[in-house]
Amino acid sequence: MPAPIRLRELIRTIRTARTQAEEREMIQKECAAIRSSFREEDNTYRCRNVAKLLYMHMLGYPAHFGQLECLKLIASQKFTDKRIGYLGAMLLLDERQDVHLLMTNCIKNDLNHSTQYVQGLALCTLGCMGSSEMCRDLAGEVEKLLKTSNSYLRKKAALCAVHVIRKVPELMEMFLPATKNLLNEKNHGVLHTSVVLLTEMCERSPDMLAHFRKVSLVPQLVRILKNLIMSGYSPEHDVSGISDPFLQVRILRLLRILGRNDDDSSEAMNDILAQVATNTETSKNVGNAILYETVLTIMDIKSESGLRVLAINILGRFLLNNDKNIRYVALTSLLKTVQTDHNAVQRHRSTIVDCLKDLDVSIKRRAMELSFALVNGNNVRGMMKELLYFLDSCEPEFKADCASGIFLAAEKYAPSKRWHIDTIMRVLTTAGSYVRDDAVPNLIQLITNSVEMHAYTVQRLYKAILGDYSQQPLVQVASWCIGEYGDLLVSGQCEEEEPIQVTEDEVLDILESVLISNMSASVTRGYALTAIMKLSTRFTCTVNRIKKVVSIYGSSIDVELQQRAVEYNALFKKYDHMRPALLERMPVMEKATTNGPTEIVQTNGETEPAVLETKPPPSGLQPASQANDLLDLLGGSDITPVIPTAPTSKPASAGGELLDLLGDLNLTGSPVSAPAPQIAQPSFLLDGLSSQPLFNDIAAGIPSITAYNKNGLKIDFTFERSNTNPSVTVITIQASNSTELDMTDFVFQAAVPKTFQLQLLSPSSSVIPAFNSGTITQVIKVLNPQKQQLRMRIKLTYNHKGSAMQDLAEVNNFPPQSWQ
Amino acid sequence: LEELRFKSAPVPGEGSNVVSYGSVSFGWLWGQSGAVLGSGFSCDGSIGKSFSRRIHFILLFSRQGKLRLQKWYTTLPDKEKKKIIREIVQIILSRNQKTSSFVDWKDLKLVYKRYASLYFCCAIEDQDNELLTLEVVHRYVELLDRYFGNVCELDIIFNFEKAYFILDEFIIGGEVQETSKRSAVKAIEDSDMLQETVEEYMNKPAF
Repeated sequence: MPAPIRLRELIRTIRTARTQAEEREMIQKECAAIRSSFREEDNTYRCRNVAKLLYMHMLGYPAHFGQLECLKLIASQKFTDKRIGYLGAMLLLDERQDVHLLMTNCIKNDLNHSTQYVQGLALCTLGCMGSSEMCRDLAGEVEKLLKTSNSYLRKKAALCAVHVIRKVPELMEMFLPATKNLLNEKNHGVLHTSVVLLTEMCERSPDMLAHFRKVSLVPQLVRILKNLIMSGYSPEHDVSGISDPFLQVRILRLLRILGRNDDDSSEAMNDILAQVATNTETSKNVGNAILYETVLTIMDIKSESGLRVLAINILGRFLLNNDKNIRYVALTSLLKTVQTDHNAVQRHRSTIVDCLKDLDVSIKRRAMELSFALVNGNNVRGMMKELLYFLDSCEPEFKADCASGIFLAAEKYAPSKRWHIDTIMRVLTTAGSYVRDDAVPNLIQLITNSVEMHAYTVQRLYKAILGDYSQQPLVQVASWCIGEYGDLLVSGQCEEEEPIQVTEDEVLDILESVLISNMSASVTRGYALTAIMKLSTRFTCTVNRIKKVVSIYGSSIDVELQQRAVEYNALFKKYDHMRPALLERMPVMEKATTNGPTEIVQTNGETEPAVLETKPPPSGLQPASQANDLLDLLGGSDITPVIPTAPTSKPASAGGELLDLLGDLNLTGSPVSAPAPQIAQPSFLLDGLSSQPLFNDIAAGIPSITAYNKNGLKIDFTFERSNTNPSVTVITIQASNSTELDMTDFVFQAAVPKTFQLQLLSPSSSVIPAFNSGTITQVIKVLNPQKQQLRMRIKLTYNHKGSAMQDLAEVNNFPPQSWQ
Repeated sequence: LEELRFKSAPVPGEGSNVVSYGSVSFGWLWGQSGAVLGSGFSCDGSIGKSFSRRIHFILLFSRQGKLRLQKWYTTLPDKEKKKIIREIVQIILSRNQKTSSFVDWKDLKLVYKRYASLYFCCAIEDQDNELLTLEVVHRYVELLDRYFGNVCELDIIFNFEKAYFILDEFIIGGEVQETSKRSAVKAIEDSDMLQETVEEYMNKPAF
């Protein structure tokens, strides 16, 4: 067999290919040759073949069949083979393939090799792709190399140690003794990597952090940093006149971690930070990189107030810089500090607003976020003008966020109702379909509550959709308002501006156009039909026309619309005497919170009675009206008042919410999905909620169990089963924490044997408060058609006292009633 | 061991609360629910956590969008990598010359710079120092330049393995290992000497 062509030759050939197909053909041919050479166990050319394979891999062709060949190359005695073998392993292999474990032994041998470059290859590979198994096996070798006097190996070993710690945090302590002398090293490579290692340890473990504060790491770092600044020109480490910016930045970052929440450490670094902040040359990017890091450190530690002013001023200067990168960084860091130093940032407001006009989307986004953070009662009019202008001109990707931001800010700081409604109208007409669904119900609520503005609002909305009814959120709000306040529209009662002359037929025309239009979403049509129905009691001479429209949609192919129309038809025919009462104007809605997560909990006609039966209605509810008994239309009691501070899970269909509120009879028979129960709520509400959404017919009396109780974390299971579908068991878990510190990032996972099916709903939160002062609840549904004994494995991960905890447990003590 | 079905719950605050059922062929298998970067990103749990401030990956590509070098410091399936490369190349090539060098991308930030016909792009964590990352990129270019002497795209195409070797002497696991301009190139040159003598090269080059 002739010698295979050389790598460079192959590259040259492939580059002559004129089409993709031609290239593919060449590669296929070469791959075939390489495969057969691999099959023949050819040792001479293996290295060349793998190198060629790596080139093809870069072009996007499959190269996995070279994985084992890489391992053979690594095991070879020749340096060339090893070099390509390790390169190939890093490119073609990773921890998801078991093959990579075969490398462990070779790496171990190479770590003890007599040539430092072979040791270097092994360290580099381990530090880039070592899996946790590999890290466990080789950590001892790494630790040994971390203590050698050879700086070429030492720096690599330090970064390997960082990788080992990232993969297997519990191995951290093993490297502690070796860190003792690391900072006495003169070599910058070793110094830099050591600082990276120390940073990793301090960030991962509070104990390590405390230890390093105690062994006075701060003065040591300050001394190194001082030497760097003072030292003369050293061409090797110098970047545009600044000595070793890489090392300076890493030291500043480690100082930040050490100084955070620690007065003594902060005190010890104030001077050097001031020195760096004032003496760093800023004509080049590199100087600004250091200043930027310095500012972040100053803002994060307990620094002197003078120093903080200095830092904010540096950012102010950044903001005026011609370099876009510097401006970007300024906005990013101002965004980080705006919460703590609001007034200082406020001084740069006009410059920030100017950045909204920047061409660069990255800068625009930062400027937008920062602008919203700076809105307050004093500047709201001016800022909103700028932001509305921005909303009009910005790229589509910003519109939704910007619109939501304006809604929030307007709600918080609106100087008058009129201004508020005008602002919203502007957003609806300019951002159009980008407005998020949840905005619609919020706006309707706002409009309802501004009683004196009804005539004005409905007139503005009517005019807005007259020409263009393609923007769904606008049309939805407009339809709703026209339905509610149509009488005000035709009677021309508007006081705020010149009333318009509209006839009843003209109003119905536009609503019918919305119903017919291809551009209207199903939800929008629902709004329009309900609006038309409501107008039947507000208009006098067009009732017959309304009846006709409603009956036409009784055979619509849109099920939702059809259902609505059939109900309304029934209302005309059988319950006409009740119609006026049912279609009465909506009462002013109660509103509990203006910002922060809120949630309108809704029930529908089917499930609500179950709640009312067992529990007295909460005081905030209106008593069920006679209308409610019958058709449950428009009833205020459909909404339980907004629950304040209810966290997390959003309403399943934000857009449909108001429709439900307007009397969406759910004939499909499935209860709307309800949020996970909240333990922190008043108990009567909670009880209603936790049982109501899942089943109406709950089999009671299954004893609860404690599934897990360890390290202060206790998890209880309570059970519910449906009578109608007994193969489903609903388990509500309650996790509580008896320790003195909160558990954060709590994640509960469960596994069941294959004969079962498992569904986990969203947890109520991810934080379990300390001292048993609250719980997380989460609902698990288990489908067990064969009624087998229930078994479950659970996995718990959370952060506690600064370290990540993880535990596995098997739950076998399920009560027989929960599965039999 | 029994066969199992496993499900992991969505994170609090996420919209959908219904999870489809997956089956597992053997053992008790646990997925991770903390996937940060989107689908398929769950294999490396360290993405997105605040403590590590490393570079996640480095890409070199031409103005025509041809990939010239890829270095991943995060474990991802091949398919995902290809998707990411396509996406990022497209994002960066479509950006205006006069814009900043930073782009927000998923939970990470892309820092890129064009040198002649080649784009150098690093994905860093949101909290990392963007300006210093530009210096890291620049230093890598300097190292290439020192080694090749007036480096150009063709050098990197025909000697791609050397470009990787140089990168590996400069960065390990997403962290800079050497801040001296000399050491990295010297290490490569010394290794080259080990690789093959001139005589060997003339008779039977390795690749």
